[in-house]
Amino acid sequence: MKVGILHSLIRKDEKYLLEEFGKRPNVDLVMIDDREIQFVLGKDKYDYDVVIERSINHSRALHAIKLFENAGVKCVNNSSVATICGDKLLTSVQLDKYNVAQPELRIAFTEESALQAIEAMGYPVVLKPAVGSWGRLLSKINDRDSAESILEHKTVLGTYHHSIFYIQKYIEKKGRDIRSFVVGEDCIGAIYRESEHWITNTARGAKAVNCKVTPEIADLSLAAASAVGGGVLAIDLFENDGQLMVNEVNYTMEFKNSISTTGVNIPGHIVDYVLKIGAGG
Amino acid sequence: MKKADCPVCDALLELDDKVVSGELIECQDCGAELEVIKTNPVKLREAPQEEEDWGQ
Repeated sequence: MKVGILHSLIRKDEKYLLEEFGKRPNVDLVMIDDREIQFVLGKDKYDYDVVIERSINHSRALHAIKLFENAGVKCVNNSSVATICGDKLLTSVQLDKYNVAQPELRIAFTEESALQAIEAMGYPVVLKPAVGSWGRLLSKINDRDSAESILEHKTVLGTYHHSIFYIQKYIEKKGRDIRSFVVGEDCIGAIYRESEHWITNTARGAKAVNCKVTPEIADLSLAAASAVGGGVLAIDLFENDGQLMVNEVNYTMEFKNSISTTGVNIPGHIVDYVLKIGAGG
Repeated sequence: MKKADCPVCDALLELDDKVVSGELIECQDCGAELEVIKTNPVKLREAPQEEEDWGQ
């Protein structure tokens, strides 16, 4: 089977995947560097059975997947999933459509309407860029003074992405959230991400601790994955007074800190799934 | 082990034989993030700066 791996920088996550692909018989793995590839729309022909997307840039990932699919190549994840998961607003719409629990959310497009929405929700709230990652540019807004200041800064200094105000009710998560890993039909593992800071991304220094996958975690994770189209997905969950809810769904999952923590061969599961899709599964 | 000079601090770095082109590594001496741009012989450059749409 011929497998393309779309990448930019090769991080530890990609190294683990390369090692796993290397263990499988009859796999011809081709490295596709998104900094070098060029597409000729309508004329490209590829003999890949499947392409696994591991680009570090969301914009390159999304468009490259779309172009590969246009040339008849199956991709993991597919472009629909990448489109939805690359935009928190589109993700929330899908979660709402399939009745998957998530924090209260309001959206506004101007400074004034955003302030009204925040006041109506009550403080604190979290303002997020609809497109963004690694916990960057998240703002926890505790009062009206902060709201006015942050909204003005976003309006004056932000790019147009920041004029879509994604306002989430702040959930007191007591120092941790849950990151679960879904591959195909299975929730294969989960970690707690523990931090004294309200932002609990491991990219921001949160500590990964194993989390037992309870039936509730598995059910909600699979429901969230299904709502966005399924595939290889990392689901961020909040615990709120005993109730779980979905915060975000990530489509180019990072797992390097979670293999030893969970004891699960996460790259092995991903490679199995990619080969299954490549084989027509 | 393969060897290469850090382009930031000039330290001589030891790299795994399985190092691949595009791989992100850290200088054991100065801590700089480096990208492998050639594997035989190994050549390194400073890794690109984080961009707005990086990450998950």
